[in-house]
Amino acid sequence: MIPELGNFALMVALAVTVIQATLPLIGTQRGIANWMALARPAAQAQFFFLSMAIILLGISFVQDDFSVRYIATNSNSQLPLIYKISAIWGGHEGSLLLWTFMLSLWGAAVTWFSKSLPAPLTSRAIAVLGLVGIGFLLFLLLTSNPFDRLIPAALDGRDLNPLLQDPGLAIHPPMLYMGYVGFAVPFAFVVAALIGGHLDATWARWSRPWTAAAWAFLSLGIGLGSWWAYYELGWGGWWFWDPVENASFMPWLMGTALLHSLAVTEKRGAFKVWTVLLAIFTFSLSLLGTFLVRSGVLVSVHAFAADPSRGVFILMFLGVVIGGSLALYVWRAPAIRGGGQFESTSRETLLLINNVLLVVATLTVLIGTLYPLILDALEMGKISVGPPYFDSVFVPIMLPMSFLMGISAVIRWKADRLSRIVQVQRPALIAALIIGGALPYLIFSETSIQLSLSAIVAVWILITMIQDFISRSTRGKGNFLQGARSLSRSHYAMLAAHAGMGVFILGVAFTTAFSVEKDVRMEPGSRVDAGGYTFQLDGLVEKQGPNYVTTEGLVYVYDKNDQQVATLHPEKRIYTVQNMPMTEASIDEGLFRDLYVAMGEPINNSNAWAMRVYYKPFIQWIWMGVLLMAIGGGLAATDPRYRRVARRARKGQEKS
Amino acid sequence: MTPKRKKRLLLVLVIVAGVSGAATLMMKALNENINLFYSPTQVAAGEAPLNHTFRLGGLVESGSLKRDGDEGLTVHFDVTDQAESVTVAYTGILPDLFREGQGIVTLGKLNSSGLFVADEVLAKHDENYMPPEVAEALEAGHKKGIEEMKATQGTEQATGEKG
Repeated sequence: MIPELGNFALMVALAVTVIQATLPLIGTQRGIANWMALARPAAQAQFFFLSMAIILLGISFVQDDFSVRYIATNSNSQLPLIYKISAIWGGHEGSLLLWTFMLSLWGAAVTWFSKSLPAPLTSRAIAVLGLVGIGFLLFLLLTSNPFDRLIPAALDGRDLNPLLQDPGLAIHPPMLYMGYVGFAVPFAFVVAALIGGHLDATWARWSRPWTAAAWAFLSLGIGLGSWWAYYELGWGGWWFWDPVENASFMPWLMGTALLHSLAVTEKRGAFKVWTVLLAIFTFSLSLLGTFLVRSGVLVSVHAFAADPSRGVFILMFLGVVIGGSLALYVWRAPAIRGGGQFESTSRETLLLINNVLLVVATLTVLIGTLYPLILDALEMGKISVGPPYFDSVFVPIMLPMSFLMGISAVIRWKADRLSRIVQVQRPALIAALIIGGALPYLIFSETSIQLSLSAIVAVWILITMIQDFISRSTRGKGNFLQGARSLSRSHYAMLAAHAGMGVFILGVAFTTAFSVEKDVRMEPGSRVDAGGYTFQLDGLVEKQGPNYVTTEGLVYVYDKNDQQVATLHPEKRIYTVQNMPMTEASIDEGLFRDLYVAMGEPINNSNAWAMRVYYKPFIQWIWMGVLLMAIGGGLAATDPRYRRVARRARKGQEKS
Repeated sequence: MTPKRKKRLLLVLVIVAGVSGAATLMMKALNENINLFYSPTQVAAGEAPLNHTFRLGGLVESGSLKRDGDEGLTVHFDVTDQAESVTVAYTGILPDLFREGQGIVTLGKLNSSGLFVADEVLAKHDENYMPPEVAEALEAGHKKGIEEMKATQGTEQATGEKG
């Protein structure tokens, strides 16, 4: 009964979404106020019915209803409750339901927070979100219905993939999808504005908080995914340039460009045409990512299914969305007036370079990801593009961009003088050169050119952000605290996000250069040195978990003075339902180093095991940096300035 | 030149410089980091390059996994596409799902004595999953086997008719 209700909720949601996508659009075009006003209630109804669908699926999971194919494939009666709930998005059908649900959530959020916007624009934007929603609901109902029955019902489920039985992965997809799907909102506003023909700076102002919110979620989602891969896959890596990772990274890069371009469009009225294009591309890359992951065209852990009808559907949908919005763009873009003038030395130029670099970076990732697929499709051989490609292309693009970040806070809009910037930033640059250049040597007693360069750039960003914060806070009449309080939240957002990049670069540079990784044979009593620490395997015990059996090692870690600094419990689990072995790494996290032990396999049935022992300096800085960036995104999204502007706009409307 | 034109020229220059720089970098990096895939049959036919990194995939042949002594972490196993097989040497920890009979992909170099020295062994985290390249190689290997069988039957028949 419950699955039928869920199915019914999906169908009603589709019906409501069709109304949401059509009537308001016609209403705004023809000036029928009632039709136009339908947008809000329709979007909220869509959200209601999709919430119902996802809750009903959750109930079926908790009740172990193995007559539902999706649940029989992705759950098991022995599965702990939290993973029964996170199993909702543990497979293909459910993650698409989550996608669609997130889209309706963003749509509902637009109806809640955009009361002050002109009605035609909002109605159109909501209708555009509805159009996207139709595509996904059809996809769900036609090719990937999570409520499909399994006849006869299974006695028990095949269990959730053990890799996904992890708290990190319980929250990673919702965060990631919030980000992915969130870019639908600026996209919808752009398309609405293109249809209406009113592409002014106000449009950019409305899109900014939404873009920042989506970007913050996406940053968190990618960060969580990387963190999960680090401790769950047992390889100690944090980024593999896996096509699925790239699929989420491309919209992030393009979204970062959009975020900066929107700033120029809002503040200076320039880059309008470009910003419109970026909004379209960012959402297109989100859709492309969905296609890559969901169609099963990739050779990857994440490609749950390889069903060609699904791939063809998404590909067609992708074509309609990208083709349609680009056609609209070509038709309407000439009407957009070029905005404010600026000199070659100005914040506008800086942001232009930022945009070019980010777009080029996105393209390099795109080519590296799609190249093997294209060659394969043309039957020109099977190849894979290795991580060295991405590393060697990405670093040269990111270094200059990170360097420019250091002058982002001081450079002025419209026109500035290079000599002034050099004068203001010279102390910071000198300090960065000395501190950054010496830092790797001071901590690790060795360095290389690339390492010093990375450290200099990272320190340069951090110093300039702190310097900017102090100088702006002390500039006013009041004391430091008053000055700090007078800075806008958007400014703090910029400081946090850029500083996050500095922290991130330090983490990446030091981890990459100084990690010690050892694969060794260990038996109880053996000791291994790695990165100045000694790892000693004390013993092994067999244990029973809720849905697995495990061999747990006890490893003591000693520092140089033979003081015990950590006790680690790595495990090798066998999940009984699928008879699947899983490595549970044990990590002692620290601000300056992680100690990491993972169990490989027993050697020749003796007491000895192949073990992985890692020393990972500064690796937590990677995620601290990402967290700072996400906090920056959150601050930018919630800047009260946008609400003030909205209130003013509302008053203006009431007066007129 | 008017300031506006100057600005446009600058814009175009920045974009052209950025794109061409990136394109050069990209092509160079792509050329250096592409890993081709070869099946055991292709390796046996001598199509695969010596001492050059490529990917080799197939099934781990049952009963072929051997560990070199108790001390080291080096293992040897055979990768097969049911027609030909290649011996792989790997030092390190095998992935969780590495089993005999499992489809895997390895990345490494073929040495002159015909041993494939792997740097990486990939087995996917799904027992039913078969890497697409491996599936195709198996199919090709299977077809080849049938053809060979037919060919030998054909010659037998031919000799039979003669006799």
